[in-house]
Amino acid sequence: MSRNDIWNAMFGGLSDYGDILALVANSVWAGAILGLVGGLIGVIVMQRDMAFAVHGISELSFAGAAAALLFGFDVVTGSIIGSIIAAAVIGWLGARARDRNSIIGVLMPFGLGLGILFLSLYNGRSANRFSLLTGQIVSVQSSQLGWLAGISIVVLLGLMLVWRPLRFDSLDPQGAAARGVPVRAVSLLFMLLLGLIVAVAVHIIGALLVMALLVTPAAAAMRVAAGPLAVPLLAALFGVVSAVGGIMLAIAGTLPVSPYITTVSFVIYLVCRGIGARRDRVSRAE
Amino acid sequence: MNPLEIRGAALRRGGRTLWSGLDLTVHPGELIAVLGPSGSGKTTLLRSILGLERLSEGEIVALGAPVQRAGSRRIGYVPQQRPLPRDTALRGRDLVGLGVDGHRFGFPIPRRGTRKRVDALIDAVGGTAFADRPAGTLSGGEQQRLRVGQALADNPRLLLCDEPLTSLDLANQRAVVTLIDQHRRDAQAGVLLVTHDINPLLGQVDRILYLAHGRFTLGTPDEVLRTEVLTSLYGAPVFVLRAGGRLVVIGAPDAEEAHHHAGDHDHDHDGEGAHA
Repeated sequence: MSRNDIWNAMFGGLSDYGDILALVANSVWAGAILGLVGGLIGVIVMQRDMAFAVHGISELSFAGAAAALLFGFDVVTGSIIGSIIAAAVIGWLGARARDRNSIIGVLMPFGLGLGILFLSLYNGRSANRFSLLTGQIVSVQSSQLGWLAGISIVVLLGLMLVWRPLRFDSLDPQGAAARGVPVRAVSLLFMLLLGLIVAVAVHIIGALLVMALLVTPAAAAMRVAAGPLAVPLLAALFGVVSAVGGIMLAIAGTLPVSPYITTVSFVIYLVCRGIGARRDRVSRAE
Repeated sequence: MNPLEIRGAALRRGGRTLWSGLDLTVHPGELIAVLGPSGSGKTTLLRSILGLERLSEGEIVALGAPVQRAGSRRIGYVPQQRPLPRDTALRGRDLVGLGVDGHRFGFPIPRRGTRKRVDALIDAVGGTAFADRPAGTLSGGEQQRLRVGQALADNPRLLLCDEPLTSLDLANQRAVVTLIDQHRRDAQAGVLLVTHDINPLLGQVDRILYLAHGRFTLGTPDEVLRTEVLTSLYGAPVFVLRAGGRLVVIGAPDAEEAHHHAGDHDHDHDGEGAHA
């Protein structure tokens, strides 16, 4: 590949940028909503130390979507079924962090293997296969985009309603139980919401890269803030910037969207880490 | 109304009777320390009062109502100090805030009343100077003061404390005891405090519930912390020594050594027998 080819792949579409943007406007919106909800739910994911669970759920979600592709039913439905099953199993059996990690470690390769099996059996367009693993939001049909956005909004509302008890349980489980928070119900509800949003993310950035929107923005926010409002707001902002920025950069060329999203969110994380480390040094020097 | 009444309580776990026939009334403004070796069901007693575990027998009436539901906001609860990870997304004041509105469902819109209450609680536990710093960077003593603030959020008339002094230095132990003592006087609250070291509480404690070997003894410190009483409770020779206003129990079989990893914390034990 010559330098010229690379330039074309990255920026070849710049001359028609406005037209392309208009074409993918719906994808940008869907990406923005996912970024927002992913950033917010990521805060709880980090507080509950469940980054690994996100990965495990996404592989099962991939298996569900691949099964849907093979058996010819709706792919979004398939990924949601896969997600919910994984989230339920992890939520049910993995109350303690150690049990949880071993269950996820067992589930994840099984899900991924199952998904690959279904994809190999599938004879349809090969682009569909690849996109479930690494994502291609601009190729998602607009009827499905509506679904994905709708599910994200449901998750957002649900998350807001249980935010405080969920946060209490995440930060101080004993204290929360002592004060009458229904910790079991709150945890299972969280797993349900997490399963739904992971299923959405699988379609937008792909099963392998879900963490870039569900973990990285929150991890970045927690390096630079500690307040109960500052952390979720920053995480949501970082999520939106990663998702929207990634799509906007990607449509300038012909490369897939996901690497742009993962790169933007990673750069944000690096910057936040730098700021956090600097601040630590300053406060220690005082 | 007495803050707490326990009648005919028994606790059996795994075929073993931890205690039975326990009757305990905590009077308003009374501080009762719960002592005993590890595995004697001290924490389970507190958790049963909170409705988080079930007794094998007997009933508990807390603040005038039989315990039925899991958890209660009318009962204050101070857990053992476990240091928060440094990068916990929580400021000191939020630790207190969890007690004020952490249980509430619905859109998390900040309210002025909540903020005021949190400020008042922080002030009451002497935490104003450090409340805005990230909770993970606070010292164990500072975190524990704020946890007491969290427990006092609803001005409880019954306060349960599970090893609230563990891993605190002497000055912070004293500070936390003073906060608890002040609250029980101001609110006429009953306090049940699980501890493995009675010394920081000797000036404040009214009665002691000593659980060991499937039995228990209840009485004033002078009645319970005696060589012959503890010897018959343990069924083995145990000596209670007093020196310099402090009290040392020597020879208690399987006393709570689990809490005493060398160098783990810094309160002034004089060897292994320093805790009652």
